[in-house]
Amino acid sequence: MPLPRLIPCLDVAGGRVVKGVRFRGLRDAGDPVALGAAYSDAGADELVYLDVAATVEGRPALLALVGEVAERVSIPFTVGGGVRSAADAEAFLRAGADKVAVNSAALERPELIGELARLLGSQAVVVAIDAAGGEVHSHAGTRPTGRGAVAWAQEAAQRGAGEILLTSIDADGTRRGYDLELTRAVADAVPVPVIASGGAGGARHVAVALEVAQAALLASILHERPSRLASLRRELRALGVPLRDAA
Amino acid sequence: MNVAVCDYGAGNGRSVVAAFARLGASASVTDDPRAVAAADLAVLPGVGSAATAMARLRDRGLADALRARVAGGGATLGICLGLQLALESTAEDGGVDGLALLPGRAVRLREGRVPRIGWATVEPGAGAYWFAHSYAAETPAATAVSEGIVAEARAGSFVGVQFHPERSGAAGARYLATCLSRA
Repeated sequence: MPLPRLIPCLDVAGGRVVKGVRFRGLRDAGDPVALGAAYSDAGADELVYLDVAATVEGRPALLALVGEVAERVSIPFTVGGGVRSAADAEAFLRAGADKVAVNSAALERPELIGELARLLGSQAVVVAIDAAGGEVHSHAGTRPTGRGAVAWAQEAAQRGAGEILLTSIDADGTRRGYDLELTRAVADAVPVPVIASGGAGGARHVAVALEVAQAALLASILHERPSRLASLRRELRALGVPLRDAA
Repeated sequence: MNVAVCDYGAGNGRSVVAAFARLGASASVTDDPRAVAAADLAVLPGVGSAATAMARLRDRGLADALRARVAGGGATLGICLGLQLALESTAEDGGVDGLALLPGRAVRLREGRVPRIGWATVEPGAGAYWFAHSYAAETPAATAVSEGIVAEARAGSFVGVQFHPERSGAAGARYLATCLSRA
């Protein structure tokens, strides 16, 4: 198996990094290209850029951002938010993204996953799942769908998803650790890699998540500070997590 | 140093161009067979499905250009799908004939989580490189392996890598610099 991965997540809107609580009360937190490059220098294994506005009007700015990141950063990155068709996804990959993430669009039309996989290959298709109480929620976690997270993850993988990005809404923002029970249930149910997301408060939380999942998404724990990523990597290595040597 | 990155649709040519540009090389994405023939180094990048990619390479005359280039000793690098397409065939998409620049075939990965995504060490060599693949080469031309999987294969002036040097940070940049120095 490849080495466990640490993946900083950058929320963006209108070409800027934004921060807020659960996508509300957004405020500007800087230049997404510079922050991504700084995370890369601090040892990030991949990056995720998530367009939290995901509007049609914001598409040109997002495509321009993807192109700038591809030129500046030499580690892989995923773009999520606003992919509603295979043509959308292909545009992001041609602009330089390595993977696209789909969430609500795949719930509304699950066939989209297969269309993306056939055009781009499964390795470029991430299905993001937001779950509360084991139930999938769409639209940035605001709408319950009646689908079970484990069943939806299985269906997504069968349809061609190459990775599952699993966010526990219950754990998100608590800083009490990842939802290991949910993460383990999904990881046991699918043959593809799983990225755990939501709830990290410290290195031990990340270390135990990486025993269950193949990667850990890092959001609020980093506070847009690359130096925190560097210190977290040192702490994880001290805990015995075999992170790559990024030098 | 002039690098021609073959454009066949869904590929990640822009990332490859950017990686060479960071090394000071003049790289561009092209679907012109003459540009592929004339470059100091030609690159067959790789993202997408094998059947679509191979059809586009043939339609655009790039398949013939790459074969002629390698036959003439021109330095050529295949990346990920670009390695798999260089083999005689791949099992992807129900079976697709490749460029036959390398002996062997690509088969679906059978162990671990598939797709195999992430950083893994390559031997011989130093450091980890980023992989993202569901198929892998089975070839007698292998020159490096990663966790038992062919990571690099060579025949004549062609070298193919399963990992993505353009997305493998400092280690990947060193790999591409070596390719440039040998071109």
